[in-house]
Amino acid sequence: MIVEIGHYALVLALAIALIVSIAPLVGARRNDAALMALAPSGSIILFGMVTLSFLALTWAYAVSDFSVRNVWENSHSLMPMVYKLSGVWGNHEGSMMLWLLILTLFSALVAFFGRNLPETLRANVLAVQAWVAVAFLLFILLTSNPFIRLMPAPAEGQDLNPILQDPGLAVHPPLLYLGYVGFSVCFSFAVAALIEGRIDAAWARWVRPWTLAAWTFLTAGIAMGSYWAYYELGWGGWWFWDPVENASFMPWLAGTALLHSALVMEKREALKIWTVLLAIITFSLSLLGTFLVRSGVLTSVHAFATDPTRGTFILAILSIFVGGAFALFAWRAPQLKSGGIFAPISREGALVLNNLILTVSTATVLTGTLYPLVLETLTGEKISVGAPFFNLTFGLLMIPLLLIVPMGPLLAWKRGDLLGAMQRLYLVAGLALVVGLGLYYVENGGPVLAFLGLALGIYLILGSLVDLWYRANFGKLAFSIAFARLKGLPRSAFGTALAHMGLGVTVLGIVAVTAFETEHVLEMKQGMTADAGGYTLVFDGMKEAVGPNFTEERAHFTISKAGVAVADVWSSKRIYTARRMPTTEAGIVSFGLSQLYVSLGDPMADGGIVVRIWWKPFILCIWLGGLIMMIGGFVSLSDRRLRVGAPSRRAKAAKPAKPAMEAAE
Amino acid sequence: MTRKQKRMAVIAGGMSFILIAVLLVMFAFSQSVAYFFMPSDLAKNEVSPGTRIRLGGLVEAGSVQRGAGSTVSFKVTDGSASVPVSYTGILPDLFREGQGVVTEGVFTSSRAFVADSVLAKHDENYMPKEVADRLKADGVWKEGEGSPTTGAKGSVTR
Repeated sequence: MIVEIGHYALVLALAIALIVSIAPLVGARRNDAALMALAPSGSIILFGMVTLSFLALTWAYAVSDFSVRNVWENSHSLMPMVYKLSGVWGNHEGSMMLWLLILTLFSALVAFFGRNLPETLRANVLAVQAWVAVAFLLFILLTSNPFIRLMPAPAEGQDLNPILQDPGLAVHPPLLYLGYVGFSVCFSFAVAALIEGRIDAAWARWVRPWTLAAWTFLTAGIAMGSYWAYYELGWGGWWFWDPVENASFMPWLAGTALLHSALVMEKREALKIWTVLLAIITFSLSLLGTFLVRSGVLTSVHAFATDPTRGTFILAILSIFVGGAFALFAWRAPQLKSGGIFAPISREGALVLNNLILTVSTATVLTGTLYPLVLETLTGEKISVGAPFFNLTFGLLMIPLLLIVPMGPLLAWKRGDLLGAMQRLYLVAGLALVVGLGLYYVENGGPVLAFLGLALGIYLILGSLVDLWYRANFGKLAFSIAFARLKGLPRSAFGTALAHMGLGVTVLGIVAVTAFETEHVLEMKQGMTADAGGYTLVFDGMKEAVGPNFTEERAHFTISKAGVAVADVWSSKRIYTARRMPTTEAGIVSFGLSQLYVSLGDPMADGGIVVRIWWKPFILCIWLGGLIMMIGGFVSLSDRRLRVGAPSRRAKAAKPAKPAMEAAE
Repeated sequence: MTRKQKRMAVIAGGMSFILIAVLLVMFAFSQSVAYFFMPSDLAKNEVSPGTRIRLGGLVEAGSVQRGAGSTVSFKVTDGSASVPVSYTGILPDLFREGQGVVTEGVFTSSRAFVADSVLAKHDENYMPKEVADRLKADGVWKEGEGSPTTGAKGSVTR
């Protein structure tokens, strides 16, 4: 019964979405307040319906109702409750439900927080959001319905893929989707602006918090996913340039560019057309990612044959929205007036360079991801484009960007003083080289590039603080006065500094791990020892253990340094009973920011076992940097000036309230 | 410099950056792309030693031999031909005789294939797509021995 309610709620949601996607648009054209007022209330009801539907599916998972096919395929009565619940989105149908839930959540948030947007803009934005909702509702109902029943109901489910039975599943997809799908708001704002044919700095002020929120969640989602892959897959890698990863990384790159170009538009009214285009591109990449991941096209174009309707349906959604938005852009963009002249060397100039590099590197990643697909479709030849390609192209393109990151905030708007900015960075650059050299010496050499890379990371970290230092005027003023000035700086200044610092921390981690990681693969018997990263591991033997839905062989290692035991670690190989599927559970111990990573291989005939041990220096920096970037995003979001509509609320309160407006709210 | 000249300089700068990126991409493609082969393709046309390729097929039953340390040798077959492969390292969890694999590596001058990676995916039903397509086309692989359909579905949630 509850499952059917969920199903009906979804159908009802489609009906509401259809209304919201048309009526407010008509209202905005005719200036009919009543029709436009349908948008906010409709969007909130739409969110309510989808939530109801989602909860119904969750309930079916919670009580293990195997008469629902989706539950039977992806759950098991013995699974711990947390995996039953997060298993809702651990499959195709459920993850599309989560996608839709978050999309409608963002619509509802726009409806709720956007009370001081101009009425027509709000109506148009919510209508565009509803178009996307209609497309995905149709997709779910027609091709991926999670509410289909099975007759007769099976007694036991087929279990969730063991790789997904991890707390990571509870956190990673929601965060990632909050980012991915959050960019739909920027897209809707862009399309609405094109429909209205009018755009100004206020538009950028409304779009920026949404961009920032989506970017912050996407950063967290990607970092979380990377750490999950690192500890769960047992190969010790943290980024594989796998097309699925690229699918989430491309919107992040484009979103980062959007974040910076919207800043120029808000402050200087320049780059308007470019910002609109970038907003469209960013969400198009999110849709492309959804298509790549959800259609099964990734491993081969021929996967279409396995489920042609789904793949073609998403491809249709992709082409309608991307093609439609670009066509609209081509038609209307010439009408948007651009403004704001600036010299090439200025804050704007630096941000344009940022945008150039970010979009070109996004295009590079896109090329590497799609080229094998295109080539196979056209010629039937099968190739793989792997990490070496991306490291070479993306890695090299990023270097100039990383070098200018600390300079940007130091340049003035309109016309900057490059020499002055560089002078302020001399000290930092020198310090970075010295510390880099120090780290290089401590790690006992390595490639010379590693030393430069480390210095680059430190330069970014210290450089992010230079702007704060000079704005508070430390060194010239007395410490207490400067400190008071520092406290008085807007939060967005701290947000910028934190985000740039996080980038530096991540770069530091990447360089350190790439250059100084050591790997040992060896056959061990009980009592044998191995050395890695200055620590000694003793293999104490194997033990069998039983979990709720798996059995495992666990190996115990004692870790000591200079003869003193400092830690111990279990590493295991599991067999999940329902699917007879083996997994490797790596044993990981952290020492400061570095980690020892122990993974088991196959048992040998003579009682030994193959063990793979990595020493990963400073690896935690990679994700710590992501965390700092995320904190930077939240700090910036909490800035008063960015609070949605904060400036316009004051402006509006000054005016006499119009009766039509009250009717709309 | 006049304003127009300045503008042209900026545009030229941007264009040259894009040009560098394009050249870089083309260079990287020529360096690091690996083509996919099945054992019978290799019988037809030779691959010169040192060229990186991907070799796919089924692990031939009874061919897996463990050597010294963590070196493993096995044969990859597609029913009509087979190629001996050696690999040092830990095999993926789902590596079994009779299962589909994709290995990546180079032929040494003595015509032995040395793999540096053996592809593993996230699902027990997983059959690498390239392998499944070809085996199906050649009629070697039968539906039902672990279908690629469910494999794809299970492996997509990352």
